[in-house]
Amino acid sequence: MTAPATSPTRTSTGPAVPGPRRRTSRLKALKRLPINLLVALLLIVEIYPLVWLFLGSFKTQDEFLNSPVWALPQNFNFGNYAEAWTTGNLATYVANSLIATIPSLFLIVLFGVAAGFALEVLVWKGRNTVLLTFLAGIMVPGQMILLPLFSAYFQMGITGTLWPLIITYTATGLPLTVFMMATYFRAVPREVFEAATLDGASMVRAFFSIGFPMVRNAVFTVALVQFFFIWNDLLIALTFTNNADLNTIQVGLLNFTGEFGAVQYGPLFAAICINVFGTLVLYLFLNQRVMKGLAGGAVKG
Amino acid sequence: MNNVLGDKKAVAILLGPALLVYTLAMLIPVFWSLGYTFLSGNAITGFTFAGLSNFAKLFSDPAVGEALWFTIRYAIIITAGQVFLGYLLSLLYVFALRRGSSLIRTLVFFPVVLPTVAVALLFQKMFEIAPQNGLVNSALNAFGMGSIDWFGDGTRAFWVIIIMDLWRSMGFYAVLLYTGLVDIPEDILESARLDGAQGLRLIRHIVLPLSMPVLLSSVIFSINGTLKVFDSIVALTNGGPGSATTPLTLHMFRTSFTYGDYGYGSSIALLLTILCLIVTLFIFRSSRRDLTKD
Repeated sequence: MTAPATSPTRTSTGPAVPGPRRRTSRLKALKRLPINLLVALLLIVEIYPLVWLFLGSFKTQDEFLNSPVWALPQNFNFGNYAEAWTTGNLATYVANSLIATIPSLFLIVLFGVAAGFALEVLVWKGRNTVLLTFLAGIMVPGQMILLPLFSAYFQMGITGTLWPLIITYTATGLPLTVFMMATYFRAVPREVFEAATLDGASMVRAFFSIGFPMVRNAVFTVALVQFFFIWNDLLIALTFTNNADLNTIQVGLLNFTGEFGAVQYGPLFAAICINVFGTLVLYLFLNQRVMKGLAGGAVKG
Repeated sequence: MNNVLGDKKAVAILLGPALLVYTLAMLIPVFWSLGYTFLSGNAITGFTFAGLSNFAKLFSDPAVGEALWFTIRYAIIITAGQVFLGYLLSLLYVFALRRGSSLIRTLVFFPVVLPTVAVALLFQKMFEIAPQNGLVNSALNAFGMGSIDWFGDGTRAFWVIIIMDLWRSMGFYAVLLYTGLVDIPEDILESARLDGAQGLRLIRHIVLPLSMPVLLSSVIFSINGTLKVFDSIVALTNGGPGSATTPLTLHMFRTSFTYGDYGYGSSIALLLTILCLIVTLFIFRSSRRDLTKD
């Protein structure tokens, strides 16, 4: 950037007071070049690995071993996907992930939004303490609660089911949800709910008929954020799914190499692609909302 | 007003379920875990009282020292890298791309939402040497350099982890810092420009001081997250070679579940929790002091 900036200074007649219009237009084109190159490089670095992954999912084992790594696949057959889905048990893993994620999300949203309402809109003694208690939960590392929960689930005899995952995801998802919902409810004037109670509705009714619908956009964003946290979780899933039939997609993918030996590239790439696909679709349609939501949940680190 | 909004029954109904789940599955386990630090054994074989021996072991165990050192190194480098690269990107978005930055922002953010395990496996294949050269080694070969065994050496493996996690997360910090930069009032920037501040000088003297609060909170978020790193390392190197890339989280996991020592595992978890707490409080304190000084 220094070269284009200095050369016109030398040739132009009045370097101290540049004629603004003509010089900026010429400079702009030159200035744009390094920035465009930078952006191009950035996009290659961020996107090319994913393109490579996608192309790889169509390659045969022979192509992996005997063609250059950046070669295009010879034809687009979905054999690798079929293999990963059935032989690789990915179908089971995806089903498990869905069974664990959907109820957790439902409970997190229902409980978390209600608690956010109770802590922010309703006025009672001690609500700040309770909010702070929830807030502290955002910081606690998962490792601090794994062992007691494992013992408890073991005693209750539910280790062979997906219940431990649902319970743990709900509990760990609540602090951030309560915190975010409390912030959203802060923006709603309390008079709205007071007016509702004057019309004869109870506060609980007011929450379900006015409070919840009013913040439904925020609720959707929070649910989206929690979806990514739960779907992508490895620690909790690894701890509580001790048999292969209960593995979520992340645990299954982690053990995927083991099932085929390290050399079956095609199915592995296809399996990674399937795993990426779910989040890709969500992101494709809702990217602005996902970005806003995750940035709002940044406290979680 | 307060008697309508202070309806105790409504509070109980609305807050009750969340508080119950939170208490049973998070608060109680935290204290229960504290209790475990005085025991040894596990849920299946039963526990015996161990007194303070877990803590004595914690301070003399070289494996814990190594894991702690790894965690700290990782947290510092990743935090610095994430916030620095994120800030550069956000400056690029705001000052160079301006209105056109939306698409780039969206694309660079994309890796953030990808499952960590998937990204780690992808990077494993990219940096692979055997049985087949991955993307990186092939590129090195194309430039006439030899292949490198990236995961065969602790230091190199550490840097692959760093590269991967920066690749994954810089778009996130870029967006976080971008929202901070966009909030800087345009007239402040305009008057600085009229006073002759351009390019780097404008950024150093006007933009940087004004974005200090959002930079600081980014650092807090980042440290808080990086101290708990688990998924990406388990999936990429699984702590290896040897235990060269084992953070505290993974060491705790192994101690508890591979070696079945819940008491000692809880002690390591407690060390990790205290570390998170200290860092958060420390940064909050120092940031508050600086703000009042200005």
